[in-house]
Amino acid sequence: MTTKSQAVLNWIDERFPLTSTWKAHLSEYYAPKNFNFWYFFGSLALMVLVIQIVTGIFLVMHYKPDASLNASGIPVAFASVEYIMREVPGGWLIRYLHSTGASAFFIVVYLHMFRGLLYGSYRKPRELIWIFGTLIFLALMAEAFMGYLLPWGQMSYWGAQVIVNLFSAIPIIGPDLSLVIRGDFVIGDATLNRFFSFHVIAVPLVLIGLVLAHIVALHEVGSNNPDGVEIKKKKDSRGIPLDGIPFHPYYTVKDIVGVVVFLFFFSVVVFFMPEGGGYFLEYNNFIPANPMVTPPHIAPVWYFTPFYSILRAVTYPLFGLDAKFWGVVAMGASVVIIAFLPWLDRSPVKSIRYKGPVFKIALVIFLICFFILGYLGVLAPTPGRTLVSQICSVLYFAFFLLMPWYSKLDKCKPEPERVTSK
Amino acid sequence: MSVDQKMDSSRRTLLLATSAAGGAAAVATAVPFVASLTPSERAKAAGAPVEADVSKLAPGEMMTVEWRGKPVWILRRTPEMLASLDKTDDKVTDPLSEEPQQPDYAANKHRSINPEYLVAVGICTHLGCSPTEKFKMGAESGMGADWPGGFLCPCHGSLFDLAGRVYKSMPAPTNLEVPPHQYLADTKILVGEDGKA
Repeated sequence: MTTKSQAVLNWIDERFPLTSTWKAHLSEYYAPKNFNFWYFFGSLALMVLVIQIVTGIFLVMHYKPDASLNASGIPVAFASVEYIMREVPGGWLIRYLHSTGASAFFIVVYLHMFRGLLYGSYRKPRELIWIFGTLIFLALMAEAFMGYLLPWGQMSYWGAQVIVNLFSAIPIIGPDLSLVIRGDFVIGDATLNRFFSFHVIAVPLVLIGLVLAHIVALHEVGSNNPDGVEIKKKKDSRGIPLDGIPFHPYYTVKDIVGVVVFLFFFSVVVFFMPEGGGYFLEYNNFIPANPMVTPPHIAPVWYFTPFYSILRAVTYPLFGLDAKFWGVVAMGASVVIIAFLPWLDRSPVKSIRYKGPVFKIALVIFLICFFILGYLGVLAPTPGRTLVSQICSVLYFAFFLLMPWYSKLDKCKPEPERVTSK
Repeated sequence: MSVDQKMDSSRRTLLLATSAAGGAAAVATAVPFVASLTPSERAKAAGAPVEADVSKLAPGEMMTVEWRGKPVWILRRTPEMLASLDKTDDKVTDPLSEEPQQPDYAANKHRSINPEYLVAVGICTHLGCSPTEKFKMGAESGMGADWPGGFLCPCHGSLFDLAGRVYKSMPAPTNLEVPPHQYLADTKILVGEDGKA
């Protein structure tokens, strides 16, 4: 570095911790050298967040959160989305990037969470990283749900109607709570405007704050790895983990490869199948919202369906409260229970590589149930399907609630002293 | 704080009092923000009653009017349709409308003032979808050979009869709501006001 630019850097460093922050989080942040395929999804999630924020900023320049009807009798909000699609130069691409980005976000985040399950990334000392992560997942669900109302199509409207009505099932405060959420006696202009406000300001701010907390907590304790052993236990004479490599340039370069491959698939969807076969953008949502007519079949977007299935699976009233309320409780619990994993897993080892057959079988059953629940959530209910979703819901919860016992009983293999790599 | 240093208790009291006052002010400030989330005066005013002219409604036909942003059905029932209510009596949860889902003057078997006209809010009491009409009787309806006519909620499959009474063991817990209404003339119904409140 030339002395002049060094002088500028020194001037900044005396006033702002630029060099030390760069070192602490990138050039001297030591990550395990044995990261595999599963470790792409954290940085990919960050990139999708950036895509959503940038495309979102540009969409807001043309979108109008207004449920009133225009001169042609079409809701202004719906018409403004069609205007973006047909008349704003490049608008169709920005909008498809944003709508595809929503589904991509969940794909990446689900894979990122599954990585945590595989390698025990939630175990001590990473409990807070995991809890921040669960909160990010919750915020993401709120963000996606509120964003889905904005195009003001039939699915937007009736999906919101069904979900907001869920809150009215809560005893005593329920009816008033759903009134406060809607801001009207029905889903209407007031609801659309407040969801817009939450979607573009409140939830993104919370999301960014949580992502920062997630990363700061991660860099405090250091990353886990596919072997689930702590690299900080074996350090060289300079105090650097023997199995650690600097995040920059090693993993920044590796993650760029992941980004390129991801963008390849992402572009295929954006340019050739932006509706994702009716799963990313539902066909009924191309019809303007009509409060007088319910579409023949209401299904949430694919990423909510496992939890929606659990909601529908509860059909028994209990303690004098109707099934609807317990369905809401079960759905909420199915997400919140994820946060408790660090205390549910009592296995002596972290990684699936050294866990025994019981945990592996439990994880496979859990995964199958999650997919079946997701599939059933798209379909209309029948007595047979309800029974299957009830069985899968029980197994879903059993995976978590029985974990303290089966993870302890399991026959684990001994962990290696240091990470392994081929 | 070391043991030999004496705590200045008057300053501590002042500190606590200031914090308490600040906390109270913060809570008070939250009030208008929470209040702003509740329905506005305009939203409340939009709940005005609506008039429906049913003179052109043929027997067996249904019309929908919008009241408070909700669909309100007015169904002119034929004698056969009214007779079907006898058949559904033992299939429904609340045949005599004991649950307060209607004004007192509609708490009867046909759930209306005039048996011929059913006035009901077309919103499923489960999660707020709008049920679809399945008025044809028998196999023609696609609802099975012994279907007496009624409504099917497309979202979660709740069934209602032609008086908006919910069938037993359905996701919907109660009968469809009957809004307050009154007859201004023989064929003119005012939905949303019954002159009794």
